[in-house]
Amino acid sequence: MSDTAERVKKIVVEHLGVEEAKVTENASFIDDLGADSLDTVELVMAFEEEFGVEIPDDAAEKIQTVKDAIDFIDANS
Amino acid sequence: MFDLTGKRALVTGASGGIGGAIATALHAQGAVVALSGTRQEALSAVAEKLADRTYVIPANLSDPESVEALAKSALEAMGGVDILINNAGITRDQLLMRMKDADWADVMRVNLESAFRLSRAMMRPMMKARYGRIISITSVVGVTGNAGQANYAASKAGMIGFSKSLAQEVASRGITVNCIAPGFITSPMTDALGEDQRTRLLGGIPAGRFGEGDDIASAAVYLSSAEAGYVTGQTLHVNGGMAMI
Ligand SMILES: NC(=O)c1ccc[n+]([C@@H]2O[C@H](COP(=O)([O-])OP(=O)(O)OC[C@H]3O[C@@H](n4cnc5c(N)ncnc54)[C@H](OP(=O)(O)O)[C@@H]3O)[C@@H](O)[C@H]2O)c1
Repeated sequence: MSDTAERVKKIVVEHLGVEEAKVTENASFIDDLGADSLDTVELVMAFEEEFGVEIPDDAAEKIQTVKDAIDFIDANS
Repeated sequence: MFDLTGKRALVTGASGGIGGAIATALHAQGAVVALSGTRQEALSAVAEKLADRTYVIPANLSDPESVEALAKSALEAMGGVDILINNAGITRDQLLMRMKDADWADVMRVNLESAFRLSRAMMRPMMKARYGRIISITSVVGVTGNAGQANYAASKAGMIGFSKSLAQEVASRGITVNCIAPGFITSPMTDALGEDQRTRLLGGIPAGRFGEGDDIASAAVYLSSAEAGYVTGQTLHVNGGMAMI
């Protein structure tokens, strides 16, 4: 697992209070991990902070799964 | 109770009667306050009276860019904003049939749009802090309506709908969003009333007096406090009983 993936998963586990095993790459924040729309906003804020990237609103809307987040960060940091 | 030590408040319209009273009261409870308005001198006078824990950040709220800049400056100056008081407001009274586009647009921009922009700018920091108090000063006429004030009443009613919606969005994050609706508050405007008019108006106020800035400020202290954390999406009417709604 890449370093990005590990850090992303750690943030998701902390913010959503879900079991680590559930945070697979294809897990959807809302459908699989029980996030509400505000949680997803907060996750994006946490990613921005952790990785020092700026995630614009239109990109943030497309980040729906753990993998979406990892890919965006890898492509933009 | 109602201790605000360490809390940081941005008060718009702090150069005015009600805003000055609110800033003074929050400060007295221990808050750091950023005072905003367009008249630098009037703001500095308030800041001088309060002495410490104040910042003066002038801004013209009819200009969207200045509103965004105000939010940024306040966040930077105080290292965050825990309490936002949307108090600045103007009237451009006119019967609707004579109301100019500018009368409508100016009132909407200063009263309603600035509250939207400032609140939006505070979302991120307040969500992170898991604490926030957004209080907008609306008016009794936003609920009752008033002939000659279609623009003003619409802007004030708009603040109430705005606050209720935002309150639902962020309640789970420790952020409350409320309105205070003053009735008639002593101001240069009420001072200028003739004796007849005064008597007539007072006849409609069971408390038998106009309100003071401090009456509004006390309500603002309460809604700003940690103790009011379970109160959200509400409009607190402070009007001596002139409208019981
Ligand atoms: N007084 C009442 O009876 C009453 C009743 C119900 C509701 N209210 C509401 O209470 C609030 C305060 O009223 P008040 O009686 O204290 O009135 P005020 O003394 O006239 O104060 C109005 C404040 O708004 C600020 N303001 C106006 N236009 C602005 C602009 N373009 N940019 C930035 N700031 C601007 C003024 O700042 P500058 O002077 O520095 O420009 C001033 O500090 C208003 O929202 C009003 O609608 C008042």
